[in-house]
Amino acid sequence: MSGPSTYEPKSAFTRWLDRRLPIVRLTHDSFVAYPTPRNLNYWWTFGAMLSLCLVVQIVTGIVLAMHYVPHINYAFASVQRIERDVPFGWLIQNMHAVGASMFFLAVYVHMFRGLYYGSYKAPRELLWILGCVIYLLMVATGFLGYTLPWGQMSFWGATVITNLLGALPLIGESIKNWLMGGFSVDQPTINRFFSLHYLLPFVIAGVVALHVWALHEAGQNNPAGVEVKSKADTVPFTPHATMKDLFATTLFVIMFAIFVFYMPDALGHADNFIPANPLQTPPEIVPEWYLLPFYAILRAFDFNIGPIDSKLAGVLAMFASIGVLFLLPWLDTSRVRSMRYRPIARQFFVIFFFVCLALGWCGGKNPGLILFKVADFSATLTWVEGGQVTEQAIQAEGAAQWDDASSAAVAAAREGGATMTAVTRTGASTGTLRTVSGGETRNAQVSADTADLLEEEITHVKEEAGQAMPFFSIERRSPARFTVTNFSLLLTIYYFLFFIVILPVLGLRERPNRVPDTIAKPVLNEAQGAS
Amino acid sequence: MLRVLSAAAAVIVASFGIAFAASEAEHPENHPFSFESPVGSYDMAAVQRGFQVYQQVCSTCHSMDHLAYRHLGQEGGPFALYMVRSHETGEMEPHVGKPAHGGTFVDVTENPYVRAIASGVTIVDVDPNSGQLADRPGRISDRFRRPFPNEIAARASNGGAYPVDLSVITSARHGGADYIRSLLIGYDGTSEGTLYHNRYFPGGKIAMPPPLAEGAVPYADGTATTVEQYATDVATFLQWSADPHMEERKRMGFVVLAFLVVLSGLLYLAYKQVWRGESH
Repeated sequence: MSGPSTYEPKSAFTRWLDRRLPIVRLTHDSFVAYPTPRNLNYWWTFGAMLSLCLVVQIVTGIVLAMHYVPHINYAFASVQRIERDVPFGWLIQNMHAVGASMFFLAVYVHMFRGLYYGSYKAPRELLWILGCVIYLLMVATGFLGYTLPWGQMSFWGATVITNLLGALPLIGESIKNWLMGGFSVDQPTINRFFSLHYLLPFVIAGVVALHVWALHEAGQNNPAGVEVKSKADTVPFTPHATMKDLFATTLFVIMFAIFVFYMPDALGHADNFIPANPLQTPPEIVPEWYLLPFYAILRAFDFNIGPIDSKLAGVLAMFASIGVLFLLPWLDTSRVRSMRYRPIARQFFVIFFFVCLALGWCGGKNPGLILFKVADFSATLTWVEGGQVTEQAIQAEGAAQWDDASSAAVAAAREGGATMTAVTRTGASTGTLRTVSGGETRNAQVSADTADLLEEEITHVKEEAGQAMPFFSIERRSPARFTVTNFSLLLTIYYFLFFIVILPVLGLRERPNRVPDTIAKPVLNEAQGAS
Repeated sequence: MLRVLSAAAAVIVASFGIAFAASEAEHPENHPFSFESPVGSYDMAAVQRGFQVYQQVCSTCHSMDHLAYRHLGQEGGPFALYMVRSHETGEMEPHVGKPAHGGTFVDVTENPYVRAIASGVTIVDVDPNSGQLADRPGRISDRFRRPFPNEIAARASNGGAYPVDLSVITSARHGGADYIRSLLIGYDGTSEGTLYHNRYFPGGKIAMPPPLAEGAVPYADGTATTVEQYATDVATFLQWSADPHMEERKRMGFVVLAFLVVLSGLLYLAYKQVWRGESH
């Protein structure tokens, strides 16, 4: 793609250097003369933003590491010291925390761009896979970093995620203990998480270098998805792409700055300002926003699938949801790259996009939250007012005969005119039967929005009726309902369906739109392209 | 197909609104604090009064471990001292709080107000001569005095409940300063065992007895000594203590954004210039 190098050293020094270490030539060929398709749109500027994010995270992170103390008793206080006493510590800390969110925001746009324009198809499969590796490393780094301030969410997030790995059969428990450095999240955990959090960004930088190398080998894809045919289809990277990237990146930095200076905590969770307390579970444990879709997939299974219990199913689905991205180049069978020319695939893509957003929404909600229900939760309470309470012992011949004996006693009491009966088992073959006879049967209906509120209503009725009432018979009715968990499951199914069924089948069946001639054939002559 | 979807989405969104309606605690009352807007700053008189309320009321149970007395006199702090040239006499005169214009900041070590606050506190420390624990007057470098030596002692003195550290409390609670202010005025005067009814507290019952009473803390500046005023002042002080660099942050943000907007404008023009005449 890059073709032969056009670099010509101008001075004696650069000629000397070029013979020995052609680093200026490499830079020139990669970032100056590198031919860029001339039809790239703004979605192609996110690579530059991501490079900036990586640099910002590494630079601010190195400074933070000079002041941070990875110790369960001092980590929280050391972050506070950075915010209060370190010169411009508040700025650096905010940039690092907000920077993580910006990094993920940009990477998601970058990934959806690749998905829409088919940037993963031959010859860019490795480019895409390297990108997936970077994303996976980013997730790991983000998770590790979120643990370090040692707030409540840090601690409980780390606990939840490390425990997840414990769900894996055979090796799970060992991996979990190995990660935590013990049997719970504690001092060894924070030490190793800090060490790894410092290491991984440099691994990311290494894979980014490979990613850029692969990109420059295969050449950039473009919105038309039609390979660049000749030099006329391209412009030199500098100044054309550089200026456009710089402009777009500055807009991105403006958004970044608005968060850093005006709402630094808006993307975080209030609970992370409470120091970690292993004895107190927060009311809700949620990861940062950028991991919420995966968290929703993790919690989408509230039932066992054959031998796979619900927890393991969630873990497997979560890993598979990232794993499937690695297989994407071979799952999508369409010969057309850009979804511009795939009218049906485009609609499924739009749905996929909203499904991902909805998964994120689900991840942040209480999984039991009811979205729809056919009726209220309701209960009927029956009790007797003013009756005669009697008590008698039940003696069965043995434990095996208990059921027969007690039901016989109840039946006898009913025959004798008892309106209500209650059996309390006191031993293997003994118990007491309490009966109420005479009096007036009363009942009450209660209904409420949730099961918890219903219990409150029931308690309320019991209190109204008076503690003297010996017993209530309560019949509870739960309506058919649709919760966040059910919704997550539907969304998860679509997520996988999109990759495993829709893309492979659609690629074979769909009739793509015609690519306009102006795009399919180079129409500009060489002279015009060179201008 | 997309139209059907968006209609379905609208229905889903509408029904979520209903699902959200149920909630345990009352939503905090929205108070128009001076620091809320993007250019808002702290009402330093309120921060000072709030500190006074903290010292005289809250600090009997609540620690603020991350704050030192010197923080009160740093730039952007409630007792920051500046030397200002007087218009009448032409002499340099001390001025608490940042003057409208001019003024040189006095280093906190030279700040008599902060020194007075610190030395008015008794700190338990290791005596340098005997090596035993002994009382000494506070220094500006000391952290705010802890009411209890540890959590066990705090719980033992408070019927098992632990009075939380207040250093970053407005960041640590949904609703921030509004929540703190609402909580302090949210008691209805009834209690149940050792718990007090408070309509803003999750669950409705809180272990902290109503801390503020009308007239309990005398104000020197003539501000009304009502519970509501105390609550507003304490909430302002706690917001400052959680976010002491807010004013500097917003000021710098304005400059940074102005620079970036101009830069992006220039870069846009440069980009257009470079691409002029290129078909794309």
